[in-house]
Amino acid sequence: MYVAVKGGEAAIENAHKLLAEERRGDTNVPELSLEQIKQQMSLAVDRVMTEGSLHDPDLAALAIKQARGDLVEAIFLLRAYRTTLPRLWETKPIDTGAMNIRRRISATYKDLPGGQVLGPTFDYTHRLLDFALAAEGGGDASLDADPAEPVVAPRVTELLAGEDLIEEAGAVPDKDAPGDLTREPMEFPADRDLRLQALARGDEGFLLALGYSTQRGYGRTHPFAGEIRMGAVEIEIDIDGIDGPVTIGEITVTECEMVNQFMGSKTEPPKFTRGYGLTFGFCERKAMAMALVDRALRGRDLGEEVDAPCHDEEFVLAHADNVEASGFVQHLKLPHYVDFQSELELVRKMRREIEQGRWSDGEEAHDVAAE
Amino acid sequence: MSQPSETQGAWDPSYNFAFLDEQTKRMIRRAILKAVAIPGYQAPFASREMPMPYGWGTGGIQVTAGVIGPDDVLKVIDQGSDDTTNAISIRKFFVRTTGVRTTESTGDASIIQTRHRIPESPLREDQILVYQVPIPEPLRFLEPRETETRQMHALEDYGLMHVKLYEDIARHGHIATSYAYPVKVAGRYVMDPSPTPKFDNPKMDRCPALQLFGAGREKRIYAIPPYTEVKSLDFDDYPFELPTWDAACALCGDTHSFLDEVILDDAGGRMFVCSDTDHCRERRANGHVGPAAAAAPFETMSAAP
Repeated sequence: MYVAVKGGEAAIENAHKLLAEERRGDTNVPELSLEQIKQQMSLAVDRVMTEGSLHDPDLAALAIKQARGDLVEAIFLLRAYRTTLPRLWETKPIDTGAMNIRRRISATYKDLPGGQVLGPTFDYTHRLLDFALAAEGGGDASLDADPAEPVVAPRVTELLAGEDLIEEAGAVPDKDAPGDLTREPMEFPADRDLRLQALARGDEGFLLALGYSTQRGYGRTHPFAGEIRMGAVEIEIDIDGIDGPVTIGEITVTECEMVNQFMGSKTEPPKFTRGYGLTFGFCERKAMAMALVDRALRGRDLGEEVDAPCHDEEFVLAHADNVEASGFVQHLKLPHYVDFQSELELVRKMRREIEQGRWSDGEEAHDVAAE
Repeated sequence: MSQPSETQGAWDPSYNFAFLDEQTKRMIRRAILKAVAIPGYQAPFASREMPMPYGWGTGGIQVTAGVIGPDDVLKVIDQGSDDTTNAISIRKFFVRTTGVRTTESTGDASIIQTRHRIPESPLREDQILVYQVPIPEPLRFLEPRETETRQMHALEDYGLMHVKLYEDIARHGHIATSYAYPVKVAGRYVMDPSPTPKFDNPKMDRCPALQLFGAGREKRIYAIPPYTEVKSLDFDDYPFELPTWDAACALCGDTHSFLDEVILDDAGGRMFVCSDTDHCRERRANGHVGPAAAAAPFETMSAAP
């Protein structure tokens, strides 16, 4: 009897050992290397870097391995590491117009400068299980020809802007630097720089569902995929004493610019507006969903009717982060016996009062407040 | 009877003292100072990602990390107990990242981090009580929007809360809130005491210790300075009442502490024991004996299978 109070410390340690054993699995099967994860699970690595807010494929691969493939857990691991890192420098805004394009498509123009580049996409595959992959060595794939050289092409929205048919890309906010919600707590209403940061870190599934809802009538934004591009961009910093920016490296990003209808207002003629999505690596679904939600959240600024969930900035931004959401949902596993005991006493008291006929028969049944 | 364990751990030097970097600790201390200056006001702070999940005490951990020094003695409790899994995990975290002494004794601790309880024994001026807070906003379940609730606090517009309490009385005959029972601090801000049972509310009033509240996910810190008036909301004709138990603690026989109900079998058998395990241990050390402890020595009963 009365076993629950003691013994927690040994139990935790044993649970950690069991977890390590389960992670490793059958030791007759070779252990996964980080290089294998980086090479063959690259989209998982990209997602973990994007939502983990840290571009480091090695650490992301380690997080995926340690998390046994649970990507939300891996994102959490990466975030918890990121929080300990010093801020050494601020980079200049990346120029996606100068991207070395590996994939670039536009749904608004049949052809355009730079052309349509399909790149490594699932889009036109038949989703049939490829049993050749199940066989050892059956997954070798080599191209018949060398891949084309990456192309550089202007962005579609720049073509539209030439005719003044689309709004400006939006100025850098009138402050020293873009906001950073990991350094200052977000306040509502939030400016677009912070909104975009929150969406970029936000959970892909949550944004996907919200973006989807805008297509089904909950806050329609009439979107067109103006352009999706994926490829390498240079990272530049300014260094005192050196003229011009210095390139310190290259990262792959996916960018989506949605082009949305805008009916015009008293002060503005009808024109197209923009929704923007950007991710590390190749996270196309996330970039598109982000662009839809970004545009929906701009409804207030554009003077549109705002009544759908995707328009509700507090609702969207306060619930988009999967590290926050996962933690709080799962904290329900922690003991709550004190609160439950209090509720138990309350329910017993109320039932006692009913039994004692404190309330007359005609009284409507009342339910117990639960929190 | 064993004495409360007090241990000195080893600080893992690969981490800065108390894990967070010095700039982050300074930011947290600034928020704490602001919170102390405006009792009950929820001061925003740039909460960091911690190596534990949100909802598991990241706010309290950051507050503790902000105030802890090498000479502090730390006690961590969850549900009143030092031995609950998450309390152990948090205590080990601070041992590893600070090397401070830890204790299970309320009296020996200089910092007590808690979830869901306030220790039974009265606290002193040289102690800090750090609460882990899930939802800092007492008005949240009446108004989900932060923009609205901040304005309500600014205007001291607490009508909604009083209507809620009134409706409780109209429907149930009494206020149907048993934990996270709202209080008014220093006659100004309505504050959520975190999900402590309302049984603990009177302990906050004019408490000599500094009480700090950290909500990591919601990025808020608030405080009750020492000797500040903390009043549980009520009405003149329906005054705040404390819950009572018919039973006494089965181990130490206390009739005035918060009791947890322990199910003994599937035939309705149960017993009640002190939720505050250190309080219970101390009473037993002083010779108090409850009905179950009289039948069997505690040591044999506490052994985990």
